[in-house]
Amino acid sequence: MTVLLDPIAHLGRAVLSALGAMGRVALFLLLALRHLFTPPFYLREILTAMLNIGWLSLPVVGMTAVFTGGALALQIYSGGARFSAEAVVPQIVAIGMVRELGPVMAGLMIAARVTSSIAAEIATMKVTEQIDALVTLSTNPMKYLTAPRLLAGLITVPMLVGIGDILGIAGGYFVSTQSLGFNTAAYIKNTVNFLEPLDVISSLVKGCVFGGIATLMGCYYGMNSGRGAQGVGRATKSSVEAAAVLILAANFLITGVFFSV
Amino acid sequence: MIRLEDVHKSFGNNRVLRGLNLEVPKGTSMVIIGGSGTGKSVALKCILGLVTPDSGRILVDDQDATQGDRDAFLARFGMLFQGGALFDSLSVWQNVAFRLLRGSLKRPAEEARAIAIDKLRRVGLKPEVADLFPAELSGGMQKRVGLARAIAADPEIIFFDEPTTGLDPIMSGVINELIREIVVEMGATALTITHDMTSVRAIADNVAMLHDGVIKWTGPVAEMDHSGDPYLDQFIHGRAEGPIEAVR
Ligand SMILES: Nc1ncnc2c1ncn2[C@@H]1O[C@H](COP(=O)(O)OP(=O)(O)OP(=O)(O)O)[C@@H](O)[C@H]1O
Ligand SMILES: [Mg+2]
Repeated sequence: MTVLLDPIAHLGRAVLSALGAMGRVALFLLLALRHLFTPPFYLREILTAMLNIGWLSLPVVGMTAVFTGGALALQIYSGGARFSAEAVVPQIVAIGMVRELGPVMAGLMIAARVTSSIAAEIATMKVTEQIDALVTLSTNPMKYLTAPRLLAGLITVPMLVGIGDILGIAGGYFVSTQSLGFNTAAYIKNTVNFLEPLDVISSLVKGCVFGGIATLMGCYYGMNSGRGAQGVGRATKSSVEAAAVLILAANFLITGVFFSV
Repeated sequence: MIRLEDVHKSFGNNRVLRGLNLEVPKGTSMVIIGGSGTGKSVALKCILGLVTPDSGRILVDDQDATQGDRDAFLARFGMLFQGGALFDSLSVWQNVAFRLLRGSLKRPAEEARAIAIDKLRRVGLKPEVADLFPAELSGGMQKRVGLARAIAADPEIIFFDEPTTGLDPIMSGVINELIREIVVEMGATALTITHDMTSVRAIADNVAMLHDGVIKWTGPVAEMDHSGDPYLDQFIHGRAEGPIEAVR
């Protein structure tokens, strides 16, 4: 009998623990949002977080976008050649970058770069009692550590995505005009005429959501880290995993909301 | 006055505090001694609300510590953590002046810095240290910065978790004197954890010994040497044989 029930019990436990985790993350988010909108505001922390999360991520997000855009142009050209549709390169690069690859690539790079560093930093603070010290110094860790990072993610990641979109299209443009023989003026005209406001809006909305997910996961796993170096390692790993999976899932949902007609 | 009544705390199967009773009168210095891992640090964290006790009551000036305004409650406390717990993203003076740079005690940066440098001087650190970062300091220097941070806002109640561990004998003497001074001159209430018997004699008005999750003995420091308590005797003389099993 137990042999039969064991898998069911396992499944039940897994589902329960997943539900529990979702509830805890949701509560964490609500708490962070409350601290975001109630004073005191730690301006210095907010600016530092914007610098770290936004400005310093620019090189890696920019490079990713340029190379992705370039590769995309090559693929569409060779794929399109099979049914003599090489001419659609500008349009497909634009739509592919802006709607999907721009935000997803930027989101994943942010998960790798920012989520991991936030989780490791906060987890180390937790392990070395710095979080406890904050509390005894009458400073709320949610307000001092989480709120500024979340805010910075919500504001700067959409900007990064916008820049990434442009650089991705530029990568496609460069490859197309330099090696695939496209006319420069026509390429730009095709791109601009083809894109619709909704494409750009969906891209920026995705950036905002992904920025929120990436920073929130870093803070959540950091704050709930276990003890010792192992605890920090586990918190970092879990935060990146969770952020990456949630970003991809959220991407699917947002795409569904915007473009399933 | 701080009073703990029948405080229990377990971590999983590890029953750390098993009915702790302790009273620290206002304006006195209490030292808690006891073996490593007996729950001394946990007891301090329970009072500050960093660790939630499973049961029992903690009263500060006859008010339940878990009720009322947390900020106002914590503003009365200073705490030196066992590991220093300095913020490594901030410079030394910003660590010391943390409380003076934000919140209800906020004041101009210049003034906060001046206070920080004065507190650093009192723990035997030169003004040059102020602009370094915690990672650039030795272990004993970090400890003293933590001490300076604990006393920076002149709190009424100060907890010191092993203030002299890792310091040379002369520096230990300086710190012991400082703690004594804070209690006698400023009328603060101090609760100190230490393993250093010289410190105990220098700092304490009263001593409490924690063992097996309860206070085995407590009394004025003068009575410590002829308490007749076998646990306390073994501890203060550092004997390997006795009722406390040294090898587990
Ligand atoms: N957050 C925690 N989670 C799990 N166990 C803990 C936690 N904090 C403390 N403990 C356990 O509680 C016990 C008492 O720890 P505590 O730090 O209070 O010891 P201590 O008396 O201060 O020892 P020492 O003199 O070595 O500092 C230890 O067994 C420790 O493993
Ligand atoms: Mg301890």
